[in-house]
Amino acid sequence: MIREFSLGEVWFLVLAARWTVLLTIVAFVGGTAGGLAIAMLRVAKSTVLRGAAATYIKVLQGTPLLMQLYLVYFGSNLLGFGANAWASAALALTLYASAFLGEIWRGCIQAIPRVQWEGAQALALGHFLQLRLVVLPQALRIAIPPTVGFLVQLLKGTSLASIIGFTELTRAAQMVNNATFRPFATYALVAVLYFVLCWPLSMSSRRLEHRLDREGIAAARVAAAANT
Amino acid sequence: MSYVFQFGTVWRELDHLLLGAWLTLRLSALAMVFGLAVGVAGAQAKASSSRLLRGMVQCYVEAIRNTPFLVQLLLIYLGLPSLGLRLTPDQAALLAMVVNLGAYATEIVRAGIEAVPNGQIEAGRALGLKPWHIFRFVVLMPALRTVFPALGSQFILVMLASSVVSVISAEELTAVTDTIVARNFRSFEFYFVITGIYLALSLGFQALFAAVDHALFARWADRA
Repeated sequence: MIREFSLGEVWFLVLAARWTVLLTIVAFVGGTAGGLAIAMLRVAKSTVLRGAAATYIKVLQGTPLLMQLYLVYFGSNLLGFGANAWASAALALTLYASAFLGEIWRGCIQAIPRVQWEGAQALALGHFLQLRLVVLPQALRIAIPPTVGFLVQLLKGTSLASIIGFTELTRAAQMVNNATFRPFATYALVAVLYFVLCWPLSMSSRRLEHRLDREGIAAARVAAAANT
Repeated sequence: MSYVFQFGTVWRELDHLLLGAWLTLRLSALAMVFGLAVGVAGAQAKASSSRLLRGMVQCYVEAIRNTPFLVQLLLIYLGLPSLGLRLTPDQAALLAMVVNLGAYATEIVRAGIEAVPNGQIEAGRALGLKPWHIFRFVVLMPALRTVFPALGSQFILVMLASSVVSVISAEELTAVTDTIVARNFRSFEFYFVITGIYLALSLGFQALFAAVDHALFARWADRA
């Protein structure tokens, strides 16, 4: 029995988009915490900590997101947590976001001139306080455009959660397509929905970057390069 | 944990995995070559005087960069047949990768072309070079030299994204592994090992691009 592709299907897909958004938010919040930790380890004094963080980034950026999802999904099952697609997707995307955000923010931290560290040191602040009170607040400004840019990449990445069976926008499209057998209409609509979610983010990322450029902060370029 | 890991099974299937890695390598290499060609054409179109052409390229770039690769792949593989274009999984996978990479490469190459100083082009004209020679030697080569590192990382991203084409059963490393896992249920061991293979591939590509960069562009001396 083939169903018609009607307003009901359109509505079903629009509603499914909220799971895409929710998964993106969860992964972004988790990735912000993880990324901050990774960025701070990357500029730590200890060579071992710096090397460990660099290896983490290298491995997560050098392997497919799909494999990361599979390993978390099948791995958590082996560890006895059961195969939960939602939790696995959230965890895998958090680890993925931590690596990329960590690398982006490292670039931003290192774009802050050395004299800022030295000035803070002259005020007798320890390494952590130099970072927290002097460097991070300045790095935050140049970090915003590439971070918003990465958010687009993360949002698109959530589509892979459909492959381990989490029902977000792309998985909902498969269901609609199975019922209506109208693949072109279904996937074109889904592409439009993703575009509606991503495009404003891409635009604002670009606008923020131009504003920083105009203000003559060349470091924005450095940060943007870390985002590719 | 009562699970017993059996990596011996993976060892026995190693030749299948290596074949899969070869297929991934070939698919990615083809996508890189064609994707770069699309990128150069797109960047040239963006520099054209026709507003319509520029707008069309801009729409293509924005549409691709703001939608997931998986959706692009499914739209090409499942959606295009209803428009009369039926592709095999392998063809659909390659087309999706080229279309995807082409959009990113367009932006990257365009940035490189814009970085070529106008005076350089005028100098080319003053020397009486033909427009095609100016584009090739005065604009494109220096532009590619400037953006080669960015292109290289985009190439690696496409190679990693190729694992996604396993969902339409195009032949590559992940799809080969899916087939083996469906038979012996050793999912974790197999995906763990091929994750290592992917890591090796991306490190290999990184080294290769660094060598190519050096071999092709070292004689151009200092990069800005």
